[in-house]
Amino acid sequence: MSDSDLDAFRAETRAWLEANCPPEMREPVRDEDDVYWGGRNAKFKNDAQKAWFEACVAKGYTVPAWPKEYGGAGLSPAEAKVLREEMSRIGARPPLSSFGIWMLGPALLHFGTEGQKQRFLNEIARGEIRWCQGYSEPGSGSDLVSLQTYGEDKGDHWVVNGQKIWTSYADKADWIFCLVRTDKENKYQGITFMLYDMASAGVSTKPILLISGSSPFCETFFDDVKVPKSYGEDVPAYVGQVNRGWDVAKYLLGHEREMISGADGGDRTSAIGAAMLRLSGELDPVLRAELAQFDVDALAYAAMGEKFLDEIKVGKAHPAQPNMMKYAGTELNKRRHELMMAAGGTRALEWDSEETGGGKPSRNWLRTKANSIEGGTSEVMLNVISKRILDLPGA
Amino acid sequence: MPLYYDDDQVMLAETANQFMGEEGSIKNQLRHWRDRNCKDGFGHGLWKQFAEMGFTGMLVGEEDGGLGMGQVEANIVLEEIGRNLTPSPFLSSSVLAATALKHGSNDVRGRWLPDLISGDKVYAVAIDEGVKHRPERIACKAEKSGNGFRLTGKKDFVVYGASSEMIVVAARTSGSDGDADGVTLFAVPQDAAGMSHDSVRLVDSSMASHITFDGVELDGDAVIGEVDGGREVLNAMLMAGRIGTAAEGVGVARGAMDMTVDYIKQRKQFGKLIGEFQALQHRAAHLYSEVEIARAVTIKAAQLLDGGSEKADLMASVAKAKVAKVAGLAVREGVQMHGGIGMTDEYDIGLYMKRDRALQEFLGDQYYHANRVAELSGY
Repeated sequence: MSDSDLDAFRAETRAWLEANCPPEMREPVRDEDDVYWGGRNAKFKNDAQKAWFEACVAKGYTVPAWPKEYGGAGLSPAEAKVLREEMSRIGARPPLSSFGIWMLGPALLHFGTEGQKQRFLNEIARGEIRWCQGYSEPGSGSDLVSLQTYGEDKGDHWVVNGQKIWTSYADKADWIFCLVRTDKENKYQGITFMLYDMASAGVSTKPILLISGSSPFCETFFDDVKVPKSYGEDVPAYVGQVNRGWDVAKYLLGHEREMISGADGGDRTSAIGAAMLRLSGELDPVLRAELAQFDVDALAYAAMGEKFLDEIKVGKAHPAQPNMMKYAGTELNKRRHELMMAAGGTRALEWDSEETGGGKPSRNWLRTKANSIEGGTSEVMLNVISKRILDLPGA
Repeated sequence: MPLYYDDDQVMLAETANQFMGEEGSIKNQLRHWRDRNCKDGFGHGLWKQFAEMGFTGMLVGEEDGGLGMGQVEANIVLEEIGRNLTPSPFLSSSVLAATALKHGSNDVRGRWLPDLISGDKVYAVAIDEGVKHRPERIACKAEKSGNGFRLTGKKDFVVYGASSEMIVVAARTSGSDGDADGVTLFAVPQDAAGMSHDSVRLVDSSMASHITFDGVELDGDAVIGEVDGGREVLNAMLMAGRIGTAAEGVGVARGAMDMTVDYIKQRKQFGKLIGEFQALQHRAAHLYSEVEIARAVTIKAAQLLDGGSEKADLMASVAKAKVAKVAGLAVREGVQMHGGIGMTDEYDIGLYMKRDRALQEFLGDQYYHANRVAELSGY
């Protein structure tokens, strides 16, 4: 695509956003329900959120880079970048947040059958089904392949028993994409990537209260859950092949790491020191120095994020590079919140005051401690970099 | 502009990598001249080769006989210089002095640029007055005298000053030390009467001068740019120099890291390759991440400078500070992971540590630039 075509696309996009993105949707996201998550029981927070969501669905902008036949807008990487830039220019909120978009969608685009794509991708794009991810188990966190949840083959269906943990928003999800062991003899090639309804008999969830006082995570239990092998012609209930779900999971972990790194540090391009000065009125010189050192690291990381995305687009990034982005981004985000707490002083300690929006600074600070645990710990990221990028020996 | 090299830049990188790895290698250049106690600290033969490769005048405009390339290209060469610890006046002559001369009149450019491009002469820059980089303060005085100026004062850390046929000097033509205005840049010829060098060898075996100007008489045509308006030229020169120094630092960091990673894949202790130990793996992986980030922001800063962006100045300081932090980490981890052999002169890893220390101070260390990031960001 030529530069002039892109310029035309930018002008067109700018005009469309001007006409379709309500002013209320150009405010920073402060609460979880500031963003629409979709699903069977979803409610819009207000009319503006509904209007913005519906306009984007009609245009394919909930998933702009997906093909049109699956609910996307079929944008090229360059066009998708223009759309991102234009949305960020006006501070537009995402029209839809969903694990379907971030996780299952990319897996189906890569591994799915045509029938699965037609059905599930369109549902995801229209926000009809809210998905959750069933990976971790009490004994299988970083060592995911040791998972024990078992699906017994009963011919046309499986009977699934076991327990998942850290299933984000499982209590609000309609369906789950779940790693289930289907062959006990084979560690890697004995896992199937299954899709099933959370309303199935035998599925139950229980939120886990975290140190931040809130709970996006759940424990999820499967007690003789009957999972059919197929939902219709060319719509198998599993992605990829039976017993080869690890390939899908591995592919998705890469996406997850990209997403976590991007969300937690990759798109922040301005220094935080000035904001911290406004917050505390005066900065202790030593704190100011720490903030300056942090801003050097954060602004440099933002450049890395940009380089990483540019390289992904043309296939120049090392396949293990998302691990490095995840490692550096999450460690940086934890440091950011440590400094924000320090700059915020005693006000930042308030757990339930109106001024802090119900203790946002401290709750967010505590929440960031999970960044370097979820989606693979920092230590696992460093292991992957050692092995796959630096090619270090053994163990 | 995407943050990776285009096809021409990839080709330049390959060329520079091969040239510096062969002709500019540690054995052929740094050790060779160091072990002979060379008073220049670099080889003129190699510098002529730089000219033949088209490197010397790459930042000079085509109308002046140069290649009219940008900072991204200069950085590509500098990264290879850093990786091979190649001693050369590239940074001071072809980046700093060349950037200053770009702002000169037709006469000034015509007088100095052809010899810079041909590699017949090398130039240096004199900015600092004291042991730390503080270009906000210029005390060195140039007073009106007849048709020209009379230069009095001292400059420190003039890299390759005694080997340079011309030195770009930042001096004060009006106002007092801390003023932004009143600074003028001069092209001072080596044979100017009243200029003396106290030339010293530095830790990395490069040479630098303390220069004293004792009533040095300069013609009016020694002025580069506008009288009293030199701050703008100085800032442009500093920006190119800082981003260039960051690029050389990235090269040093990568050179040290590659050497270290190779070493821990071969060295055995306790019956195992030490690269199998997780304690070392995690530190190596952390270092890798930091080096990648430092490299990304350096390319970003160079692109912003070439694009004439207002953000180039901030990103120049971010890049300089980030690289200083990261290259420092790379050389310290390098020496430590090598163990005893890392402390020997015979082995190269220590040479990276020495070069890094000199680069850290050149045009401002990480603390100076982090402070600048804070100031430019409004706190």
